[in-house]
Amino acid sequence: MIAPTIHSAHETHQLLEPDWAEIIDITHEINDVSTYWLKFNDANLQANYSFQPGQFNMIYVPGFGEAAISICSNPNDHSLIGHSIRFVGNVTNAIKNLKAGDVVGLRGPFGTAWPMKELEGKDIFIACGGIGLPPLRPALYHIMQNREKFGKVTLLYGARTSNDLMYTDEYDAWRAADIDVQITVDRGDSNWTGRVGVVPMWFYQFRIDSRKTSVLTCGPEIMIRFVIFEALARRIPTENIFVSLERNMKCGQGSCGHCQLGPYFVCKDGPVFRFDALQPFFNVEEF
Amino acid sequence: MVNEQRLEVGSTIAIEKSVLDDLLKRLKENGYQIVGPRVKNETLVYEKIDELNDLPHGYITEQEAGYFRLHEAGHSRYFDFIPGAQSWKQFLFPPRVDLFKLQKTNNHWEKASEENQTVKYAFIGVRACELNAILIQDKAFMREDFTDPIYRSRRERVFILSVDCLHPAETCFCASMNTGPRVKDSFDLNLTELDDVFLVKVGSEIGRNILNGLPFELASSFMVSSAERGLENAAQQMKRELNTDGLPEFIMANLDHPQWQEIGQRCLSCANCTQVCPTCFCWDVTDQVTLNNNETRRERVWDSCFNPGFSYQAGGNTRPSIQSRYRQWLSHKLGSWPQQYGTLGCVGCGRCITWCPAKIDLTKEISIMREEARS
Repeated sequence: MIAPTIHSAHETHQLLEPDWAEIIDITHEINDVSTYWLKFNDANLQANYSFQPGQFNMIYVPGFGEAAISICSNPNDHSLIGHSIRFVGNVTNAIKNLKAGDVVGLRGPFGTAWPMKELEGKDIFIACGGIGLPPLRPALYHIMQNREKFGKVTLLYGARTSNDLMYTDEYDAWRAADIDVQITVDRGDSNWTGRVGVVPMWFYQFRIDSRKTSVLTCGPEIMIRFVIFEALARRIPTENIFVSLERNMKCGQGSCGHCQLGPYFVCKDGPVFRFDALQPFFNVEEF
Repeated sequence: MVNEQRLEVGSTIAIEKSVLDDLLKRLKENGYQIVGPRVKNETLVYEKIDELNDLPHGYITEQEAGYFRLHEAGHSRYFDFIPGAQSWKQFLFPPRVDLFKLQKTNNHWEKASEENQTVKYAFIGVRACELNAILIQDKAFMREDFTDPIYRSRRERVFILSVDCLHPAETCFCASMNTGPRVKDSFDLNLTELDDVFLVKVGSEIGRNILNGLPFELASSFMVSSAERGLENAAQQMKRELNTDGLPEFIMANLDHPQWQEIGQRCLSCANCTQVCPTCFCWDVTDQVTLNNNETRRERVWDSCFNPGFSYQAGGNTRPSIQSRYRQWLSHKLGSWPQQYGTLGCVGCGRCITWCPAKIDLTKEISIMREEARS
């Protein structure tokens, strides 16, 4: 696991004071989700900005507040920083009203990353659902750019309906890079000829070598629970299962207390956890 | 009784009570804003004080679960009461503070210039439990990898005049938490109040300087031994206790204990306990916008894990039930806090007991849980 790096505010900055970034482009993804491509106004900041797959930024809309949004773009592309945002709360709905050329506040990156170095030489089984794919896309880019370093790579991705699948026009490129992309939807319609059913129920269709496979998962917490159940049933060791969690986050620095989970602050000790660290309280209800 | 003997850090001397007034003057002359206990609205608050007479002279407090009364005791002591709901955290970690202000010009937001003034507080009458609470908050706000600039600037400048507790309240349990009633360290000056004099222990160079030149006498062995006796009595008088042996492990192993559910039936989720707790550090941040949306202030306010919105996120509310919120609060204080900060998150001040409208007493709840787990 990559140790959390907390970017202390610039010397001249107040607590939570952001830098400013321009919305360069907006890509419509699915209903209620768009990707915002940001670039720091300060060219120096942009050139020096880097993140690890799985980390997140705090995006600030003055007058509305901040939201923690995972970074979904290519970690090797230093020209723009991508965030796929679902319009669901105050801040994200304010972002929905912004257009290219508008400016938002940006702080980050925060949190732990997928352990890409540690995964080298291993098979990788990525199981994710819905808006759980964006924080895994930088990992996919990283794998594509370093394909020879990894074994068999499988992406099992599910969404509610075929209209809710993210990044559909990239699947061919991922497949071309020898990533086994497998899709399922909770509810099919007359045009859908693929799998119908939630992500965890398709595990049986894959040959997963428990000795050399790591599982990465992100999505609704209920899906994560059952993905872990399936992974453990296939005797994948808890230390080879990696989970990205969602919690309410206000500061990104393990200070405001909102994202607390037992001994952890999800914003700094997570969002990516090795499952053995979560196991003692993962099944405690409402913890 | 002017004594020409040199004061050293670590030495204990005696001053007449009126000399405390001169000491307050000294602090004021040195640019400190003096805050201390005073009587207001039939309770005790920590507020700006100017002179010795502002202290709650002759008062005691009566405290029980969900009960607080202030009484005039007819004696002449200044520090025989046990503090009210407020603690010193309101000065180091203000309940409401502006982070920065933004102004919109030509569709761009820019930080408005601000006057940068850091308050230099002198705390008068910090109890051992409260001092330990400050040391605990230091760990939360001044970590190696992240420091809260607001807290630090206030904390680094604060002058601490602490006081030994000789008459604990019914709700106190600091003796069992090893956080009182005696003040051990981390003060500038520490007082022990005897009938006629204050014993003063010098804890820092700054404390020594403030005291220097004021009239004092050497502490007699009689004074020292009566202070000792008073402190031993205070520890023995304490009726409540919390057994901390293996407590964090016990809590984390009993997150499904039925007692949480039972407490959840009584808890009103009013957040009083988190607001009066001197170690609770959670905060929220909101935008305060002008109507024309041309100006916004980022404002930090105290938050509480008992507020329903505390754990609200896009995917839903992590802790919708009251029992889960109570468990979050207490299992943090007594269970997971040590893993984060190397100490328990409770100092035994008893505020959460006194100020709970449902009279929930954590010492009782924990002993019930331990009892049931054993049987």
